[in-house]
Parts: sequence; C-alpha cells; structure tokens
Amino acid sequence: MGYSAFRILKEAITGHKGWKPVWHKAEPLPEYDIVIVGGGGHGLATAHYLASKFDQKRIAVLEKGWIGGGNVGRNTTIIRSNYMLHENEAFYEFSLKLWEGLEQDVNYNAMVSQRGVLNLYHTDPQRDAYIRRGNAMLLNGADAQLLTAEGVRKMYPFLNFDDARFPIRGGLLQPRGGTVRHDAVAWGYAHAADKRGVDIIENCEVTGFDIKEGRCHGVQTTRGRIGAKKVGVAVAGNSGRVMAMAGMRLPIESHVLQAFVSEGLKPLLDGVITYGAGHFYVSQSDKGGLVFGGDIDGYNSYAQRGNLPVVEDVCEGGMSVMPMIGKARMLRMWGGIMDMSMDGSPIIDKTHIDGLYFNGGWCYGGFKATPASGYSFAHLLATDSYHETAKAYRLDRFARGYMIDEKGQGAQPNLH
Amino acid sequence: MIIHHPLLGPRDASEFVYLGDASLMNRPNPKSETAADDFYSYQYLRDNPMGEHRELWYHEQGDRSWLVVTRNTLTHDITKVELARDVARAQK
Ligand SMILES: Cc1cc2nc3c(=O)[nH]c(=O)nc-3n(C[C@H](O)[C@H](O)[C@H](O)COP(=O)(O)OP(=O)(O)OC[C@H]3O[C@@H](n4cnc5c(N)ncnc54)[C@H](O)[C@@H]3O)c2cc1C
Repeated sequence: MGYSAFRILKEAITGHKGWKPVWHKAEPLPEYDIVIVGGGGHGLATAHYLASKFDQKRIAVLEKGWIGGGNVGRNTTIIRSNYMLHENEAFYEFSLKLWEGLEQDVNYNAMVSQRGVLNLYHTDPQRDAYIRRGNAMLLNGADAQLLTAEGVRKMYPFLNFDDARFPIRGGLLQPRGGTVRHDAVAWGYAHAADKRGVDIIENCEVTGFDIKEGRCHGVQTTRGRIGAKKVGVAVAGNSGRVMAMAGMRLPIESHVLQAFVSEGLKPLLDGVITYGAGHFYVSQSDKGGLVFGGDIDGYNSYAQRGNLPVVEDVCEGGMSVMPMIGKARMLRMWGGIMDMSMDGSPIIDKTHIDGLYFNGGWCYGGFKATPASGYSFAHLLATDSYHETAKAYRLDRFARGYMIDEKGQGAQPNLH
Repeated sequence: MIIHHPLLGPRDASEFVYLGDASLMNRPNPKSETAADDFYSYQYLRDNPMGEHRELWYHEQGDRSWLVVTRNTLTHDITKVELARDVARAQK
C-alpha cells in the first residue's frame, strides 16, 4: 500500500500499526544485470529510473554505509536551474521539471517547495551578467525575473540595501527554484526502487572491480563478489578512490564543503537568497533554523569536516547582507566531500572499460541534479546512448578542449 | 590548520592560497612525442588520494614563497613542509 492522505487517516485510527519499513534490507545475490555503486541520491535515482522508465530488471544498489549518509543527507537542499551555458542549463531545467513531478512519481513526500531562489546583484556589471544569464535560462524554457532594488525590498525588507561598499541593486529571481527535504529524496527514491524489485544493499563497500580483457564483469565487496553485466559508479566525493580501483585517474579533486544551521527561529525567510558580493546563501527550514553555507574550504580533503577560516568567511558574508543574523546562535555545522571537477561541470559517461560507467564531478551543486542525473545515467546504462540533455558531459571533453566552465576559471577545482 | 613555514614558523592556513597536487611542479617536456597526452594528464588528471598528499601552497599574505606541504587528506595532519624551490633543486 502506498502513501496517501487516506492512508494517514487509516493509520491514525488503527494505532499506526500498519506502517512498514520504507525499503527492504536486501541480501546480495551472486549476480545482477546492473549494479549501481553508491546509494546516494544519484545512485538511488538511477536505480529508480532504470526500473520504472527503462524497464530494466535485476538491479542492485550497493552502499558502503547507510542510505542518506553521504552528501544527499548533508547538502543545503537548494534546487534551481539558473545556469548560463546551454550544456548545463538544458540539463538542470530537465531536472527541475522532474522535481516538479517527483513526489507523485515515487509516491513519497519529499517536501518539494518552489519558494524561489534570488541571486542578489550589487554592481552594474553584475546586473548585466545576470540579464545575460536570465536570458539563457529563458531560452532553455526555464523561468527568470530581473528585480530592481525596490523589487527585492518588497520581498525581503530586512536585507542590508544601503551598504556603502556592496549596496543591493537588485536580483535575479527564479520563482520555480526552491528547496527539497534532502533525506526524503534518498528515502523516496529508495522506496520507489525497492517497490519495483531493486535490491538496496547497505553496509556493502565496493573494494574492487572484476576487469578481464577490457571488460567489467562485476565487483568485489565487503560482502563478497557480486557479478554484473553492467556496473554504474555514482559515489560523489569518493569518485577518485573508487575509479582508481579500475586503474583510472579522473579530472576530479575531492574537497570539503561546510554547511551551518542556526537555532530555530520564527518564520522570517520564505525563499532562498544568495549574496552576490561574498560567499553566503541562506534559506529557512521548516523547523525554523536558518540553513546557510558558502564557499568550499579549498584544499583536497576526505575529512567530512572543515576549518575555521571558512566559518568566519561565511558568517561575515551573512552579517554583511543580512545583519540581523548576528542575533541568532549557530546550532550545528558539518561538512561533506565534493567531487570538484576541472571545469566545475559533471561527468556522465561510459569508460574505456566495457560495462563500466561513471557518474560524478557534481561539485557543490549535485543535489538539484539528482533526478536528471539519475534519469540520464539510467538512459546511458540501459541504452548505451546519451540522454539529449546530458550529451556534453563526456569524460574526454578535457582532452578535446570542450570544457563546460560556467565561471571561466580554468582547470583549478577550488575556484569553481 | 597551521602550516609550519620553514622560514617563518607556524602560520595559519588562511594566509595561503592552495594550488593542488605537488606534481604540478613537474611540467612535461613539450618536445616529447607524447607531449599532447602528457600535458593533458598534467593539466587535468589527479591522483586525488585519501591519506598522504604532497601539495602546493603559496604564502600570498606572507613571504610569497611556494611550499610543498605533506598533509593527510583524511585527518588534515601536516607532517612535512618544505620550500618548493628546495624540492625543485633537489630533483635536478
Ligand atoms: C554542505 C553541502 C551543501 C550542499 N548544498 C547543495 C545545494 O544546496 N544544492 C545542490 O544542488 N547541491 C548541494 N550540495 C551537493 C550535493 O549534495 C552533491 O553533489 C550530491 O548529493 C552528490 O550526489 P549523491 O547524492 O549521489 O552523493 P552521496 O549521497 O554522497 O552518495 C554517494 C554514496 O556513495 C557511497 N560510496 C562511496 N564509496 C563507496 C564504495 N566504495 N562502495 C559503495 N558505496 C560507496 C557513499 O557512502 C555515499 O553514500 C551540497 C553538498 C554539501 C556537502
């Protein structure tokens, strides 16, 4: 039985005795058609779309820890499709459309909330850049509105408009952007995939690939060997380590990104705001905490915790754009490991090893990509051809000189 | 993180700019027959290890020297700091 309002009523009057686990704890079989390595958002979404849209059977997701323990449960939950380059914008807009139908599709309440994402601008050149980006968004079927300072003031009168150094001159608003309950995305995809017979196997770390004569026949795991016709790797910050087991070096460095939550406050911020003159973005969770973050720490790390200079930098950004935040106390902070790529854009591709596929390089923005990443990876795994919105995410684009570099920073991962 | 600068003593990591893997000091030979491949690997591919990592830090807000820092990417412990120029000279 699925989840519905009727079901909640029924459980309420029968003492909530009928709720079942959201997915089964599966035991690994010796062989599958498709094995997905990594039970984060992307791996689970891939399994769901393989089973539901591409009619694949005998699928397993192998997760070294537990579902939702990686970045899918550590991010700041923002979804948007406000990129400038066509190779990205079409893909992220596809993702946003999938978000809009996600809850019905997986029959799980993921609290998709299109509360609007507002990027503030503070100078004339920044305004011009936002106009250009807004037009690129419109051309790809997304929504975008340019606001003047007055328009922003109507939405958020409490911002620091008349700052001497960085006055707020306006903003680029994407009304369809917003937030999604991140854990529920993992659980929802796990639930839907499990219902279609996908085995979700937790506490099962992949420790090697069975590669013979240029073909991958399965994986070695902490729970024994598991055979597979195709193996898809979606391990986010661990991409470098995992693909090294297949003898590959990637155009990726692993970096730590921190996030912060304040104590619970009364509702004050009903959308997402990003500061245009410093590293700071903020939204308010349904529990009342201000959820905010900023830049990555900037050095290679697998530590899942960062250092104090970035805490200071993020809080300075917050104080500068939204001074009242200084009255709130910080409740929690944590870090997650990002797979920062050389051009700041992701990779969804086959590898030079037959039967081995790779999905990674999501940097700090892979949460919003979850549905489209899963869909296009499933497309590739099932059909061996690229989904139309993910055609540019080739592994060899660096060798060919076709970087997708939104910021124009070059091959320096900590600047993307 | 505190980086023990060989000349200036303990300095906060925030005084530095991070470049990446110390292998970036070893530019490939542009005259080699495999130069295109070599420069591709040099520029874009990384070992990205979990554990010990030799990396380049630039003391921008200090004496502007380049350092080779040996640091554990899992614990952030720093075990060795050398002047990049000493490392480069020793390699010759
Ligand atoms: C602090 C923070 C804030 C962020 N904010 C945003 C945001 O607001 N918006 C946005 O779009 N993105 C955001 N991101 C980025 C986003 O969270 C990630 O890009 C995305 O979640 C990565 O994909 P995933 O969910 O599949 O990763 P994960 O959840 O990390 O999944 C990868 C899984 O692979 C598993 N794994 C690793 N190695 C192995 C192995 N050998 N065998 C088996 N399993 C393995 C891991 O245990 C993990 O569960 C943020 C990230 C962080 C850290």
